Amino acid sequence: MNAAPQIEIRDLTMAYGEVVIQRDLNIVVNKGDIFVIMGGNGCGKTTLMRALVGLQRPAKGTVLYGGEDLWNVEPEQQARLKRRLGIMFQGGALWSSLTLAENVALPLKEYTALSPRHLAEIVSFKLALVGLAGFEEFYPAELSGGMKKRAGLARAMALDPEILVIDEPSSGLDPLTARRLDDLILELRDSLETTIVVITHELASILGIGTNSVFLDTETHTMINTGNPKEAAVSGDPKVRHFLNRGAA
Amino acid sequence: MITSDYHGVDVTSPSPQNSGEKQWQFDTRRIGDDLLELSCGGRWCLDQDLPAAEVVMADLGDGLRRLSFNTAQLSAWDTGFPAFLRALFILCAERKVGIEQEGLPEGVRRLLALAAAVPEQETAKRSSIRRGLLFRVGAATIVFLRGGPEMLYFLGEITASFGRLIRGRARFRLSDLWWEIEEVGPRAVVIVSVISFLVGLILAYLGADQLRLVGAQIFIADLVAIGMVREVGALMTGIIIAGRTGAAFAAQLGTMQVNEEIDAFKTLGISPVDFLVLPRMLALMLMVPLLTLYAGFVGMLAGMLVSATIFDIGMFEYYTETLAALELKHFWVGLSKGSVYGAMVAYAGCLRGMQCGRSAEAVGKAATSAVVTGILLITISASLMTIIFYRLGI
Repeated sequence: MNAAPQIEIRDLTMAYGEVVIQRDLNIVVNKGDIFVIMGGNGCGKTTLMRALVGLQRPAKGTVLYGGEDLWNVEPEQQARLKRRLGIMFQGGALWSSLTLAENVALPLKEYTALSPRHLAEIVSFKLALVGLAGFEEFYPAELSGGMKKRAGLARAMALDPEILVIDEPSSGLDPLTARRLDDLILELRDSLETTIVVITHELASILGIGTNSVFLDTETHTMINTGNPKEAAVSGDPKVRHFLNRGAA
Repeated sequence: MITSDYHGVDVTSPSPQNSGEKQWQFDTRRIGDDLLELSCGGRWCLDQDLPAAEVVMADLGDGLRRLSFNTAQLSAWDTGFPAFLRALFILCAERKVGIEQEGLPEGVRRLLALAAAVPEQETAKRSSIRRGLLFRVGAATIVFLRGGPEMLYFLGEITASFGRLIRGRARFRLSDLWWEIEEVGPRAVVIVSVISFLVGLILAYLGADQLRLVGAQIFIADLVAIGMVREVGALMTGIIIAGRTGAAFAAQLGTMQVNEEIDAFKTLGISPVDFLVLPRMLALMLMVPLLTLYAGFVGMLAGMLVSATIFDIGMFEYYTETLAALELKHFWVGLSKGSVYGAMVAYAGCLRGMQCGRSAEAVGKAATSAVVTGILLITISASLMTIIFYRLGI
């Protein structure tokens, strides 16, 4: 077994031109963690996600997956590392010309040699997991925002990735659906040992499922290590307590 | 009580649809009269084909009431396993066979429970009935025929909007109009220059070849001047603008339709036609005649250069011949065609943009349709106007 942590971010600085969004980020995510990256609007959460999954090269620093540097390896190697990730984008990012079933099936078709009927079984199971059983033949344009988001999660977990990166899982969902999604995330961690990185500002999710966390501060442009969010809400850094208690503490 | 018939499935035998080595095994064992135990072993992962649920159910025989599981030999599983089980459970439910989940791993049971938490939406199921040819032709015809009234309705809306403009009651921002004018006029100059220069060159060559037969190559100047100013300048400009600006209008308005921006105007009681369509119409109606005029000059310049360098006609000779050929009416004809083409392109672009559906794909369709409709309208009005001007003797 590889002794290196599953994901390690070292001295990461993200910037658009001269404008530094976040600097000196050092994050370690271990296998089986539900790691929450939290922060207010515009703090650079999504930018960090883009650096993490290989979409946007950071200005400085490295992202390591099991000790391998995502940004400084050969393209084939990078593609192989990226295949260990499942990513759910904020708005679902479903391909609008494909039905939900085809959206979820595409990664499976690309990377497995499953027969069509088995493919259909897996696709409908994944859609059922996110509460969209029976919506196989729908096009994304025919769905509500929350349904698109859940379908996006179904696509992200199509290949049972080792690591799921989820951008804003519960914003825009009703409380019950958000709760079900949180349960699903916990279950994926427990039964499939998926490592989960959640990028969010939704308090219910942060406190409900997070096992470890960092807070990206907009004022100082760097992170605050917060550990378990439930403890941080009670006894953490004052800024983080303020955030996690909606300004009440 | 472990007796009764025993079905072993040979897992090493090659299966026709999958040549890859199977890493899973399963056995079925009858216990008592009505219970079947399914033992799963090995790897049940989704990188390979798992057995079909029907195969498991195949030789159950009658009288089976319950299904139980034994997963002691299971070494690894991922969501492929619960996906298989879910298909199996659906089959069992159809045959009224009860399921005893105790033998399954804890995680599998919980995942299955999560998947079953939201009942399948029966109403969501699509009826994918394949319609006959006659039906589809009929449906397409109805859709096509509905397009006509929609186009007229939009024309009416634009006319009403112009009425409000004349009475000074149309609500749009002047800065938008300026922005559109800059976008459709000055920014199109380069492409209009290139294309009109080349078209002028083509006309000059075409004329040179034919006129040489009668020894009247000097009339290249007449051909290029009248051709460019009256017809071709306007036509080429119209087509360039249809591709460049008409498509852009449709994409802009279509995206605004997707983002509900158009609805936001409506709820505020602001006419989206006034605010969005009017400045675009005005910009094109003002700019396309100017571009047409410019295209004519560039075309004549090309004709002059070609005649002087290739066909040995003096620059001055060409210039005086051009002046003699051109009458003011040719300019009026060219300008009026330019304005009409501009209006047609703006109309087609805005119409398709406002009709756009609510998806990214629809925006693409709107842009395509805007160009097609724009060029079609340009060609139709070009022929009509040519006939009318001929009859009028202009």
